[in-house]
Amino acid sequence: MYVAVKGGEAAILATHDLVAEMRRGDPAIPELTTGQIREQMSLAVSRVMNEGSLADTDLAALALKQAQGDAIEAAFLMRAYRTTLPRLGSTVPLDTGAMAIRRRVSATYKDLPGGQVLGPTYDYTHRLFDFSLNGATGEQPATTLADTPLDTRMPRVPDILGAEGLMEPETPPEGDPRPFDLTRDPVEFPADRDVRLQALARGDEGFLLGLAYSVQRGFGGNHPFAGEIRLGEVPVELVPEELGFAVDIGDLTITECQMVNQFKGSKHVAPQFTRGYGLAFGHAERKAMSMSIVDRALKGRELGETAAYPAQQDEFVLYHSDNVEAAGFVEHLKLPHYVDFQGELELIRRLRRELDERIAREAAEAGVLAAVTQ
Amino acid sequence: MQSISSRSPLGKGFGDPVLASQRCFRLILAAMSEPGTVQLLGEAVEAPAHVSPAATLVLLTLVDHETPVWLAPGLDAAAPYLRFHCGAPVVDVPSAAAFALVDGSSGELDLGAFNSGDDRYPDRSTTLVVACAAFEGGQGVTLSGPGIQGTRTVSPSGLDGGFWPMVAASNARYPLGVDLILSAGERIMAIPRSTRISVPTEAG
Amino acid sequence: MQKTVTSPLPPRDEAYNFAYLDEATKRMVRRALLKAVAVPGYQVPFGSREMPLARGWGTGGIQVTAAVIGPDDTLKVIDQGADDTTNAVSIRRFFARVAGVATTEATADATIIQTRHRIPEAPLEAGQILVYQVPQPEPLRKLESSEAETRKMHAWGDYGPMYVRLYEDIARFGHVATTYSYPVLVNGRYVMSPSPIPKFDNPKMHMSAALQLFGAGREKRIYAIPPWTEVKSLDFEDHPFEVQKWDEPCALCDAADSYLDEVITDDLGGRMFVCSDTHYCEGRRDAGHRGRLLGTDAGRALTRNEE
Repeated sequence: MYVAVKGGEAAILATHDLVAEMRRGDPAIPELTTGQIREQMSLAVSRVMNEGSLADTDLAALALKQAQGDAIEAAFLMRAYRTTLPRLGSTVPLDTGAMAIRRRVSATYKDLPGGQVLGPTYDYTHRLFDFSLNGATGEQPATTLADTPLDTRMPRVPDILGAEGLMEPETPPEGDPRPFDLTRDPVEFPADRDVRLQALARGDEGFLLGLAYSVQRGFGGNHPFAGEIRLGEVPVELVPEELGFAVDIGDLTITECQMVNQFKGSKHVAPQFTRGYGLAFGHAERKAMSMSIVDRALKGRELGETAAYPAQQDEFVLYHSDNVEAAGFVEHLKLPHYVDFQGELELIRRLRRELDERIAREAAEAGVLAAVTQ
Repeated sequence: MQSISSRSPLGKGFGDPVLASQRCFRLILAAMSEPGTVQLLGEAVEAPAHVSPAATLVLLTLVDHETPVWLAPGLDAAAPYLRFHCGAPVVDVPSAAAFALVDGSSGELDLGAFNSGDDRYPDRSTTLVVACAAFEGGQGVTLSGPGIQGTRTVSPSGLDGGFWPMVAASNARYPLGVDLILSAGERIMAIPRSTRISVPTEAG
Repeated sequence: MQKTVTSPLPPRDEAYNFAYLDEATKRMVRRALLKAVAVPGYQVPFGSREMPLARGWGTGGIQVTAAVIGPDDTLKVIDQGADDTTNAVSIRRFFARVAGVATTEATADATIIQTRHRIPEAPLEAGQILVYQVPQPEPLRKLESSEAETRKMHAWGDYGPMYVRLYEDIARFGHVATTYSYPVLVNGRYVMSPSPIPKFDNPKMHMSAALQLFGAGREKRIYAIPPWTEVKSLDFEDHPFEVQKWDEPCALCDAADSYLDEVITDDLGGRMFVCSDTHYCEGRRDAGHRGRLLGTDAGRALTRNEE
């Protein structure tokens, strides 16, 4: 017999044991270590750091292990942990121009100072299975050092355009106030760019990818050029109150993307290109590119464009890009709703009964009428 | 020459910040939920000069670096205390304050000078902690509205003659307005903006 | 005498701050709660934190409870009116672990009741706090998807479209076709969502002796109804508000005044109706009230084999 969901404590605890068993899988197969995940699943680690809003490869690897590779569940673990961490201060803004480059490509110039650096990318792989990966090969990948080192400082493409006055300048608001933090304060709409960028940075990669794609297909009015995508390590600096000068506290691997978009101008204002910006922890090109396209779409209001499409509407994008929130609410439908459903049952039965009664009454009246006419 | 006070300029705050602030908050919540009821905040605290223990406890419970505080003239001795214990910025402009510490006996008190919120965000208004002498012996006023079953009559003393008419006028702007927490000694009473106030006219 | 179904709860976990939230977060929630009480029915935005439970699973209610609760409180947690539904058990365990508070199933013994989808049948008393978990705090959202717009509608008291929607139901079905989350007007000013409680429970909100607090974690809103506050379900003179009725009383305790759940007993159309408020139902059975199916197989499956 079916019994309504009446989960006692014991049943809930049993689900924890069952999930641990499922996570471990066949005990004859060696258990994954978080080090293996961190080193060999590094793109998944990046995604979890981005959507979990926390740059920590070890924790992201642990989250992936604990979540059986479910990126959203892993991001959720990161977020829940992140909220308990004290805030010690804000770092100095990262200087991505000083990045130790591993990869740097521009689609807008054939060549540029510092050159095109292809770096590690799947772009030119043929998507054919490498069946040799099936077993542990024990082989070390063969890479060789180039004859000459890369330039230590590579100008960013928007800066090159900016030097010529062709790119819209982006300067911090007056006084360079501390950016809004949507994890501490409620968002208000219309949302400013700092809010939007923060939301996009932690937004779901798949959702932002879909939105970016919609912009390209015509559900949004701008055509982006990949001005530059760069991947590498940047130093992180903090100014402790008691010291008064910046201290290097470590390096961060990041991916940055700047999209160059059609120019804006008027009879009186010289036309300039506009830009979209994307930044992600680790190696996350698809995320950074999608973010920069959606960022540009959301700048429409400031640029006097109409917000006709989803990617241009800040409420739509910001409310729906957070996969931890979205997953929670979609999945909460698993919780019992039988009280509300009973209300619906009571109403639908009553409406059907009333309709039947009315039809019967009308039929009877018609019958009486027919009898009278005869 | 400055007089020597036995009171340290920076008295002690909460002994147990976690549980004492929880107890105080529940009493403040009860006061705000049932306007005109008197609640006793019994926590030990060393209040700054000219500030009652109850008012001090209210501020310790609710104020921090996110809430600018405005202090009425004569109460500015509380500034270092609030900066030290709460990290609260002390502001010069009443309308910029999330909380204000004021003296109800002062004829200078002007509720209109504070932030009364806006139509879309009426919550962004100032909460005033108002010093009075006691919760009895003053002019009786009748309260009604949310939190009050029927009506409730209160008679705090040590308030300026213009105080209640000013509060009544402020509350007539509901849902805009300021929310008041009256304090005397170790006790508080709240008058939120939702309370309708009837001030008896002088019997001829 | 009530039976306890839960096994012993975990002891307080000292690794976390009391009630999990840090003190700055509690202050922020507490300030929002006071403004919510001062402007009944108005939705106060708050800096909702990411909690270790999923969004949509009660994080708003949990944050409100965490900001309010103290070691001397006694907590009751219900979902669908029942103390033993999975999410209620999970949230009760959470507070036992992070706050070490006493828990109860007895409505009258609780100082704080956190609920999802129901108000207990027994009238609440002065001094009690009812904390609602709210998925969608905006009663106008189905009419207007933009938060910027609904905020203006509340600011101007522009509630005409809501009445139009309700009246369209009447024109089409002869009834307002909203059976839960039925909108209410609070203190004559703000239209408010009562969270998805069945409209059966709406009248309990009116002039309640208890303080009612609402937390929407994902949507980052807090609102409140102080005790003794007017709460009116929206209706029309020619179509006054009415609540659900059943043709039969509770099959276990014979109550004719409670909200009933429908339980399917076989795949041949067999069904029984039982109280959604499990504690209320148990109390009545203990007092000697006997429903039609108490003691039968069908009844025993729902009464923890007490008979």
